[in-house]
Amino acid sequence: MASTQLAAPVQPVDEFVAARDRTRAGSVLAYCRRNPQLVAGLAIVGLLLGIGLVGPLFVDVREAQPTSVMIDQPPSQEYPLGSDDQGRNLLAAMVVGIPLTLRVGFVAGSFGLGIGVVLGLLAGYRGGWIDAVIRMVVDTLMTVPALLVLIMIAASIKGFISVWIMGLIIASLAWMNPTRIVRSQVLTLRERAYVQVARLSGMSDLEIIVRELLPNMLPYLAAAFVGAVSSAVLASIGLEVLGLGPQNDPTLGMTIYWANNFNAILRGMWWWWGPPILVVVLLFVGLFLTSAGLDEIANPRKRKQA
Amino acid sequence: MQLHYLFRRLGQFLVVLWGAATLNFLLPRLAPGNPVRERLTNAMAQGGLLQEGIEDMVRAYNREFGLDQPLYVQYLSYLGHAFRLDFGYSIAQYPRRVAPMIWEALPWTIALLVSATLIAFALGTLLGALMAWPRAPRWIKWLAGPSIAVSSIPYFLLGLVLVYLLGVVFPIFPLSGGYDVGTMPGLTPRFILDALRHSLLPALSLVVVATGAWALHMRGMMVTTEGEDYTTYAEAKGLTDRRIFYHYALRNAILPQVTALALSLGHVVSGAVIVEKIFGYPGVGSLLFQAISGLDYFLIYGIVFMTVLSITFATIAIDLVYPLLDPRIAYRRT
Repeated sequence: MASTQLAAPVQPVDEFVAARDRTRAGSVLAYCRRNPQLVAGLAIVGLLLGIGLVGPLFVDVREAQPTSVMIDQPPSQEYPLGSDDQGRNLLAAMVVGIPLTLRVGFVAGSFGLGIGVVLGLLAGYRGGWIDAVIRMVVDTLMTVPALLVLIMIAASIKGFISVWIMGLIIASLAWMNPTRIVRSQVLTLRERAYVQVARLSGMSDLEIIVRELLPNMLPYLAAAFVGAVSSAVLASIGLEVLGLGPQNDPTLGMTIYWANNFNAILRGMWWWWGPPILVVVLLFVGLFLTSAGLDEIANPRKRKQA
Repeated sequence: MQLHYLFRRLGQFLVVLWGAATLNFLLPRLAPGNPVRERLTNAMAQGGLLQEGIEDMVRAYNREFGLDQPLYVQYLSYLGHAFRLDFGYSIAQYPRRVAPMIWEALPWTIALLVSATLIAFALGTLLGALMAWPRAPRWIKWLAGPSIAVSSIPYFLLGLVLVYLLGVVFPIFPLSGGYDVGTMPGLTPRFILDALRHSLLPALSLVVVATGAWALHMRGMMVTTEGEDYTTYAEAKGLTDRRIFYHYALRNAILPQVTALALSLGHVVSGAVIVEKIFGYPGVGSLLFQAISGLDYFLIYGIVFMTVLSITFATIAIDLVYPLLDPRIAYRRT
């Protein structure tokens, strides 16, 4: 854990700070060269985000709604990704759908991480019966098949699902892993000398948590966040392919659902289901590489082996 | 000590089951507009030939589950039924009960998923171990990249692509179903061969993705055991590569894999919902999908409960068996 000690807020001598700042831009570049996974992963996710941001400038997003163009068109100059049975321009559907799917992931990931940080800090820092209760709840919930419980919840409120509600439903089962990660980190950090010094110098618990513990856990938190986003996107696409997604939004999973529902595979309409599958795969590869890259920052011991 | 641990685990087991049953009970009652009642009313309103049946069912429900009783009485009677694995009637196919429908679909799912899981586990573990082994053939190391890519594909999406490639473009495999319409289900060689042929494509999509994931985990574990002192010592003693590989590195790296295997076998009952749906495979997954699209709540809750049951059971089983696999672990964990 060399990196966490380096990052500890021990006051370094002035020359050291100056030297570090002079080479900071250079060392970021050098680090990127050592950690190509992180760069590649962030680039892929960034590219997909970019499609959602820049796409609407080139494509009329209103055509993502049904009955806006001619139905069942194969890819052509006018409609680069063709159109579906209900007359959606599939390129427009992708431009609208990619950010929607990402949003479900980010909403669920943020809430999951947020809950996880609070519970993990409580459990790790306080210990005692709070820790015991939280640990038991987490252990118990980890054994429950998340997708099935999500299916049950989503089926019970089928007509009311929107992108936000979808994110919140998934978040309800996305906080256990972050809780575990944060708790185990707090347990190791709590005993570090600098935390004890902070405590002896009269810092309050809250100050210690915010100023000493959290900054040192940042790489772990980032990795936990990416992991949560990735499993949230997987869960959301699973629900959507089963027809339990937002019925009126062309998220990636819903597009695949409609394609499967209208037998696009047997009818050879590869342009309907091919692009969303490709984007989903790309997204997962990107998230995987990002988390592997973050893992390398968090666990420098792994560096030699990579 | 051991007994204490056993009781604690059994307690946890019961708590999980109780939680699942309670969730099943509460969800429809908390959801906007009580979907179960709404669904029953709708089914009654559509009426026609079914009308009488549905009214029968509502009456049967009132009798069995006491829907006109206060909530806590309903809850207790519900718990009683759930623990006897009685989930009531199917809404969509009224006179049938949920439990036999699940029992009927279960063998299909278990056959498909258990074999796919075991094949993927064996292949992936070996592949991952070789990927991390310095003296393995070079081409195996090149598989690391593809297995990352493959394991990040959701398996049901790979299933869609396989249906298109091997079912539509090159029609080698049957597109859907568990057996040909002409074959009679039974333990005849003809039927078994036919069922095998139909399960190859769904199995392939499960195996390919899972193999990648197993390989990645195994590689990580192998890297650790190879760095251990006992491996270095074994090398210094001049043991053969083969012996070091199997008895030192692999033997110690495989433990977490076995835990994961038990957990994923527990997930078998829920089936690969989406894969089964795509391939029209007559297992629990397809049943669940049917139940979802027909808003057959009792069937949904029944399947979810069965799955939770099997997973918690697998978790307990592995916890109790683990000390046999790894003598370092005793029950003295807190």
